[in-house]
Amino acid sequence: MNIAELDSDALLIALRRVLAAKGIASEEEITERIAITDAASPAGGARMVAKAWMDEDYRELMLTDGARAAETLGIPMRGMPPLGVLENTTEVHHLVVCTLCSCYPRAVLGYPPFWFKSVSYRARAVRDPRGVLLEWGTDLPEQVTLRVVDSTADYRWMVLPMRPDGTEGWSEERLASIIREGDMIGVTVPQAG
Amino acid sequence: MIAPGTQVRVRDDWPETRGPCHIRTPHYVRGEIGTVLRHLGDYPNPEDLAFGRPAQRLPLYHVQFKRYGLWDGGRADDDILIEIFGPWLETSS
Repeated sequence: MNIAELDSDALLIALRRVLAAKGIASEEEITERIAITDAASPAGGARMVAKAWMDEDYRELMLTDGARAAETLGIPMRGMPPLGVLENTTEVHHLVVCTLCSCYPRAVLGYPPFWFKSVSYRARAVRDPRGVLLEWGTDLPEQVTLRVVDSTADYRWMVLPMRPDGTEGWSEERLASIIREGDMIGVTVPQAG
Repeated sequence: MIAPGTQVRVRDDWPETRGPCHIRTPHYVRGEIGTVLRHLGDYPNPEDLAFGRPAQRLPLYHVQFKRYGLWDGGRADDDILIEIFGPWLETSS
């Protein structure tokens, strides 16, 4: 029997039965985990960023313990890897990549975009990060240092971007609405309009 | 434990030439000099976990490398942060 040639649905059913029989994971736990994974989206991370822009205490919490900051907003983090938050400033801009595979902070950003997993992004984000940013239309000011974060092990990383000019007086919801997944990976920066 | 600010050299080791393995240390920093920024906690060794072997908890560090030394071009002040497990890091002392 060659396991690679078996019907994948039958394999999945068999695997789930074995996991349940051995007491490793019940049907209910697997169903719940799939629902949590499917529900996660960049909107979760965007809510965190918008709150951090409005609330200094929350910003501090986010930078010291990203997972707890996510849970504060109702984002489930149980069983998830630790979440590190990288703060962009007028002096440093962060760009996240996983050169080894496709590690991604799924709990707060959902499924990774297709290009994040591409061989070309993974190679070029470390070799020519400024070139990659330019292709995304992100032209960093001369004085800004670029810090690439290669997500190689147990942490997952998201970027806390800078609040753009022209958003003074905006509500948290309106701020969250302009924050895109690329802003929290670091390929782009939030735009006011 | 390696203190923040300590200069380290990543082991110039290539286990993939010796047989099946699972390595979380990118090839492009093997043998390179970096600086430990902070200890990120202790985690089970992925090199054993990947094969279902009992995995010892190892210290994981965030290590900073200057981009400038790794590739041609680029700016001298740009850098790369990488998570690297303790056994891959050599200290000179």
